[in-house]
Amino acid sequence: MLYFRNLFMWNLHSEKLTLTDISMLRLPPFEYYSPESIPEAVALKARFGNDAMYAAGGTDLYPNMKRRQYTPQYLIGLHELKELNSIDFDNGMTIGSGIPLNEVANHPEIQKLYPALANAASLVSAPQLRNVGTIGGNLCLDTRCTYYNQTYPWRKALGFCLKKDGDICWVARSSPVCLAVSSSDCAPVAVALNAEYRLAGRNGQKIIAAENFYLNDGIDYLNKTHDELLVSIYIPSHEGWLMSYNKMRRRDSIDFPVLSVATALSLDKAGVCTSARIVLGAVASCPQRALEAEKILTGEKLSAEIIETSAQTAAKLAKPMDNTDMTLGFRKKMVSGFVKDAINDALE
Amino acid sequence: MKQLLTLQINNETYEFWASIHKTLLEVLREDLRLTGTKHGCELGECGACTVLINGEPILSCLILPVEVQGKEIMTIEGLAQPDKQGSDCKAHPLQTAFAKEGASQCGYCSPGMLMTAKALLDKNSNPDRKEIREALSGNLCRCTGYAKIVEAVEQAAEQVRELTATL
Repeated sequence: MLYFRNLFMWNLHSEKLTLTDISMLRLPPFEYYSPESIPEAVALKARFGNDAMYAAGGTDLYPNMKRRQYTPQYLIGLHELKELNSIDFDNGMTIGSGIPLNEVANHPEIQKLYPALANAASLVSAPQLRNVGTIGGNLCLDTRCTYYNQTYPWRKALGFCLKKDGDICWVARSSPVCLAVSSSDCAPVAVALNAEYRLAGRNGQKIIAAENFYLNDGIDYLNKTHDELLVSIYIPSHEGWLMSYNKMRRRDSIDFPVLSVATALSLDKAGVCTSARIVLGAVASCPQRALEAEKILTGEKLSAEIIETSAQTAAKLAKPMDNTDMTLGFRKKMVSGFVKDAINDALE
Repeated sequence: MKQLLTLQINNETYEFWASIHKTLLEVLREDLRLTGTKHGCELGECGACTVLINGEPILSCLILPVEVQGKEIMTIEGLAQPDKQGSDCKAHPLQTAFAKEGASQCGYCSPGMLMTAKALLDKNSNPDRKEIREALSGNLCRCTGYAKIVEAVEQAAEQVRELTATL
């Protein structure tokens, strides 16, 4: 009842009130642009600044707009940009940011060369959403939090939080930074596979390593300026590498990860690990590389004990907060076992 | 701001003015009065609003009509096709199977379920149980417990195979 009354008050203050207004979550009004080239898109964004947002698949952006986390006056639609829709397997893989997740998941070459990426893409939300949601969108996914991903009336009733409209973090009231969680499935894999992102901005294009693209701050979670557009992702060749991506969530579909682990391992002929990368997802505001755990594996034959030690070291890195589905203690407790499973899955 | 939209829906062309910030779901239900497509969570978490765009299931609550201009849209209203003799519409095998199996209880998820299942059967008329569950994994049903729905899709698949065999 309280919910409906809040909704009612909210609409009363905005526009004229009709029954359909209070029975639906609607997008706030905006102007829509469909640029036909990347320079045109970037120029529009530079012109409108923070009043404009890029919209690729829109599967993360539109729900956030409906809940008034974002109220851009201008949307710059990217679906006309052919440059974002190419996949090239020359010396590794260069994939356009506009490729839908289902295409990434079902592409035979990606399944063969980068099975962890195909698996991660196949685990994002549900089939309908993956037909529209893009790899670039998932890599730039907004950070998530129990106190943030709520409707406007819900957030208003509690008091707005640090990430949007307020000045307090409801997860940890003394926290000076936002603790919203990096919930992308593809980002940990991109970091584990040493991906490089090509960004186009008003000052031309630049390349940034995936590892440096994510920042551990729930609000400023991407290391890019507002006008920069993720154009393509380059993943170096990983021939002979073993890799995996494991995701924990309540249901086997739809849900975001509450813990995920991406691994990439290189073994020599004798079975000695020459290089290892382990990345934890959904335990901080950015994917977390477990460097210490990687060191334990490197130069060793991967026995059960070594894997166990490495997994326990990686688990120390995870400091989940009480702001996603499932309890804090459970999520913390699951990390070492999950890392162990991920390493073993890669070795299989 | 209103914009002139041209949409291909169920083999008909609709040309109309609509607010640019309305989602495909809102336009279908409110501007075109095609209310067979249901609105559920409106945040992409339930699948109730599923329609087919060029044969692929997508969520109409999370797409703008301007993004699907020139593409073939199919809603639940277009699922029953006219038979060869003329004007009478014949229910799709999925619709018959859903009714027969009791795969609808309150019926709110059914349009989304049927459209998603249609996309599956168009691609694969002999899906196993795992494939059906995977295809329908984005559609929530709070009544049936899914067993009847999966059985209905299996039954419809059989019928589709028989129909294509007799052609």
